[in-house]
Amino acid sequence: MSGTADTQRATLSTDAVDAGRGAVTTLRSRHLLSIADLSADEITLIFDTADAMKEIGSRPIKKVPALRGKTVVNLFYEPSTRTRTSFEIAEKRLSADSLSVTATGSSVAKGETLLDTARNLEAMAPDMIVVRHTASGAAHQLARVCRAGIINAGDGSHEHPTQALLDGFTIRARRGRIRGLKVAIVGDLMHSRVLRSNILLLQALGADVWVCGPSTLMPAGIDRFGVHATTVLDDAVDGADVIMMLRIQRERMHGYFVPSLREYFTIFGLTMAHVRRASPEVIIMHPGPMNRGVEIASEVADGPCSVVLEQVANGVAVRMAVLYLLAGNPAQV
Amino acid sequence: MPVVMDADRMDRTLTRIAHEISERNRGEDQLAIVGIRTRGAVIARRLAAKLVAILGTSVPTGTLDITLYRDDLMRQPVGPQPLVRHTEIPFSIDDKTIVLVDDVLYTGRTIRAALDALIDFGRPRAIQLIVLVDRGHRELPIKADYVGKNLPTSFAQSVRVLVHEVDGRDEVVIEDADHA
Repeated sequence: MSGTADTQRATLSTDAVDAGRGAVTTLRSRHLLSIADLSADEITLIFDTADAMKEIGSRPIKKVPALRGKTVVNLFYEPSTRTRTSFEIAEKRLSADSLSVTATGSSVAKGETLLDTARNLEAMAPDMIVVRHTASGAAHQLARVCRAGIINAGDGSHEHPTQALLDGFTIRARRGRIRGLKVAIVGDLMHSRVLRSNILLLQALGADVWVCGPSTLMPAGIDRFGVHATTVLDDAVDGADVIMMLRIQRERMHGYFVPSLREYFTIFGLTMAHVRRASPEVIIMHPGPMNRGVEIASEVADGPCSVVLEQVANGVAVRMAVLYLLAGNPAQV
Repeated sequence: MPVVMDADRMDRTLTRIAHEISERNRGEDQLAIVGIRTRGAVIARRLAAKLVAILGTSVPTGTLDITLYRDDLMRQPVGPQPLVRHTEIPFSIDDKTIVLVDDVLYTGRTIRAALDALIDFGRPRAIQLIVLVDRGHRELPIKADYVGKNLPTSFAQSVRVLVHEVDGRDEVVIEDADHA
């Protein structure tokens, strides 16, 4: 019986061998904690897989049986609309059984620690846990104690790997490549986990990355990432192929980092005047939620260069790719 | 490794199958071809070209990747996930007669996966199966409607269909396990 199954496998896998795509066909880790853990080839594998996953969303029946019988828990300690629904839809399209646990309305609200919550969830044997937490390193900590595969859906101000993957995927889809493109990332450089993940990903794939923001929100030593750092928006967007705006986190802004939101918009808000300085094929990105009139003018956000909603659509395909690729890497123990 | 079908033979076989398709589906104006990646898709495109010559009208042609429907997908104890590639069926399959194309028919599991995948795209009026080579050893109750060549084989052997577009030459070869 098992001999037959092996023969079958060997027959089917000749297709995969002959596909002639990227240099790798598998991810090394069973977790996705940080973009820093991924090689350029692994990122390309995720993009190529996401390319194929995208088509599933256009079918009459938007579901494939790939993750049938797998259980995925979405553990969200921070409010999230986009990321959580995106993961949930991705899980459902792959036929995984998924459930979401949010901090409010669960034992977290009663004071249970992250590790205790995780250990209790583990006892119910989920195959993967998608976690968002306010503390940097939360996903890493779970990966050390859990048998389940861990996907970091944002940890404090550290990383948000699937956001960077969907941004990179969107750039590649729109511009055909990433290598050599000038990418300007503008906004709150201090608190942004999207920034950190994107710098790592874009540099791994050979982009020329510029970051721009007020000096009060410019982390010391950011140039050690090998990016161009400037406080002059015009310099950042000049000839840019991609402009990525970061959200100004209003809750952290009371008078300390930025005198007023209006002043911020005057100096760092993206307007049509800036877009005209960029490359004629520039694309404007934003991870959401947008503050119109703070970091981005409405006419830009809704303009022809904006790919904001495309990013959201691509997010589902990219998360399907990540779930699918990680599901094949079971615990080593 | 013995060659069981050369380029010329392969071309004449596909011509014969194209004629069989047109004969069996006479008067059918809702015909469409779907090839299973990778080599089934190549063969499907060649059949489509031959059918244009025979019918005088083009037949919608699509490509199916069955990876996500495989029954062994999450069963490997270790090892990489198979690559997922593009499925492109740029037409509605509802009420069409779908001619499903694969290179080698063996256990039947690929075809089972392809049938499940196709049904997710709609409700075809009928599905017919074409294979270039039927090598036997079915594990599921599946039978081809059109067969290029019946090839008795042992489990230890492997049958490879090579096509110019992917492999640089048209050939069907049979290999013993030692060589594979």
